[in-house]
Amino acid sequence: MFFQLGWRNIWRNRRRTLVILTAVVIGVWSMIFLSSLMRGVADQFVSNGIKTLTGHIQVHHTGYREDPVVENSIKNPAGVEAVLTAVLPPEAQWAPRVRVNAVASNARHSTGITMVGIDPSREAGVSFIGEAITEGRYLKSDDPYGIVVGKALVKKFETKVGRKLVLMSQDTEGETASRAFRIVGVYRAEMQATEKQFAFVSMPAAQQMLNLSHGISEVAVLLAEHGQAMQVANTLRAELSADEYEVNTWQELLPMGSAIMKIYDWFIFIWFLVVFIAMGFGIVNTTLMAVFERVREFGLLKALGMKPWWIVKEVLIESFCLLILGMVIGNAAGFVSVLAISRTGIDLSALAAGMEYWGMSRVIYPHILGQDVMMANLVVFILGLVVSLYPAIKASRFTPVEALAHT
Amino acid sequence: MDIVKCTKVTKTYRQDTVVVRALSGASLSIQEGGFVAIAGPSGSGKTTLLNIIGGLDYADSGRVVVDGNVLTDMSQSALAHLRLHKVGFVFQAYNLIPVLSALENVEFVMLLQGVPPAERRERAKAILDDVGLGGMYDRRPAELSGGQQQRVAVARSIVSNPSIVLADEPTANLDSKTGASLLEIMQEMNEKKGVTFIFSTHDKMVMDYARRLIYLRDGRIVEDKIRNG
Repeated sequence: MFFQLGWRNIWRNRRRTLVILTAVVIGVWSMIFLSSLMRGVADQFVSNGIKTLTGHIQVHHTGYREDPVVENSIKNPAGVEAVLTAVLPPEAQWAPRVRVNAVASNARHSTGITMVGIDPSREAGVSFIGEAITEGRYLKSDDPYGIVVGKALVKKFETKVGRKLVLMSQDTEGETASRAFRIVGVYRAEMQATEKQFAFVSMPAAQQMLNLSHGISEVAVLLAEHGQAMQVANTLRAELSADEYEVNTWQELLPMGSAIMKIYDWFIFIWFLVVFIAMGFGIVNTTLMAVFERVREFGLLKALGMKPWWIVKEVLIESFCLLILGMVIGNAAGFVSVLAISRTGIDLSALAAGMEYWGMSRVIYPHILGQDVMMANLVVFILGLVVSLYPAIKASRFTPVEALAHT
Repeated sequence: MDIVKCTKVTKTYRQDTVVVRALSGASLSIQEGGFVAIAGPSGSGKTTLLNIIGGLDYADSGRVVVDGNVLTDMSQSALAHLRLHKVGFVFQAYNLIPVLSALENVEFVMLLQGVPPAERRERAKAILDDVGLGGMYDRRPAELSGGQQQRVAVARSIVSNPSIVLADEPTANLDSKTGASLLEIMQEMNEKKGVTFIFSTHDKMVMDYARRLIYLRDGRIVEDKIRNG
């Protein structure tokens, strides 16, 4: 009957209850919706990083990460490839790469780029390039002079598919190596910076140009889940000689990504608190009004023999009903609105330049995390009851004689 | 046996700088099963005396014993327990819980006492039938007349078999016919169930129903008479 009493009491002043209920609903909804957007941004930041030639794990020759020159290549990749085949989970994919800094030039322009020699079929399973060709064609495994470049580079160089592009770098002998390629395909990436930076050629073409024989710069591994990286990396470290190879996870390769995820954790928490503080004042105010309107009634309850604790409980039950109802509607609204934009995302192309500065995608897809939903609800529920304690204790302190004399 | 015994009870209120002496050494004994009216003009101390006997307020000095419990020595919590189990109240303004039905209002005290749901429902229905409200169990206070609400209040006050029922001007808001009908119900409960009723009133009709009449003036008992018939 306490719950019945609490439930009926909150509907004694419908308008006031609807106002505070709306505040709770908007609060919970905004917590869920905005945290899912923030998670979406952080997720896409990491996913973009992982897809843009990082992968979940990379294996390099020791020293390559400090000094990424061609001399620090893996001379004989067969041993690494055998370990990868034996150790990686079945759903994991991996691709070898030659990766060196180079200068790209045509008749009008020249710029610094990263030349990436790839095994086209393996690379397609690991990075974005397999699905990113918008003009021309993708590379063939033995393309001796084909090159795939980004849309932004094509625009900058005022060139197009079929035209020549000369790449120049340093070979294993320390001599200048250059090779003329013909643009066979143009790709689009999430960020223009990627389109300007990476030019893809076939593995044999890169190896010949740099006099690398069978050498490679790195092996990138893509796993089914971001979270598997640490465990798989440890297994690889155990199998590969530490003197010869370095194994790094995406968290180590993309320190900015890990930092952003931690910063977003705090952003979300602070956002929850800000929303709650605004909501908390509303809850205290409403509950206090409800209590002071019913001073006589609390006097009666005490006269009937209700102990102060029971009155605290009664007022808290009213807040409980209000909070639970608001949370149910707020959660439903949050999930529905996230579902509504989960396919199309929020297109922020108009702000693409600014977004790119922060490493964000043009389209944000929300991502609901269970822990955020749980935290939003716990913050509202627990703090909501805590702030209701003040009016509840006030109600319990009315003396029956004073309260019954109250008009 | 005395169910209530007050000895030299005093009570003073302060209203800003004004000191009001509500009770000035009132002493009285009321026997179990009594049907007693405490009468007197406004400000004579009737309600104060009733509040002190009911454990709603403390006396400044003197001794108050209700059903063997010395109220003047009891904590707030112990007084709440005493009110819940030994005292029933009927107020001038009915004071029902507006969001509960008549039946739920009557059940509420038993809920606080921890009576099992089925038993409290059965007892609440029986007592509402006794006060002539059978068939009105589900009506909320706003859907009942003043007289009906006061009958619910009487039913609530006696449903848990208290030692005493204290009624503060129970007929003040009722017309004379409804007031008489309510008094008859209380008289019947007193006779049938042996519940002690103590009223505060300045209504002549209530005084006529009482078997004992105590007059208060300026916080002192000035007359105490047993009435016959």
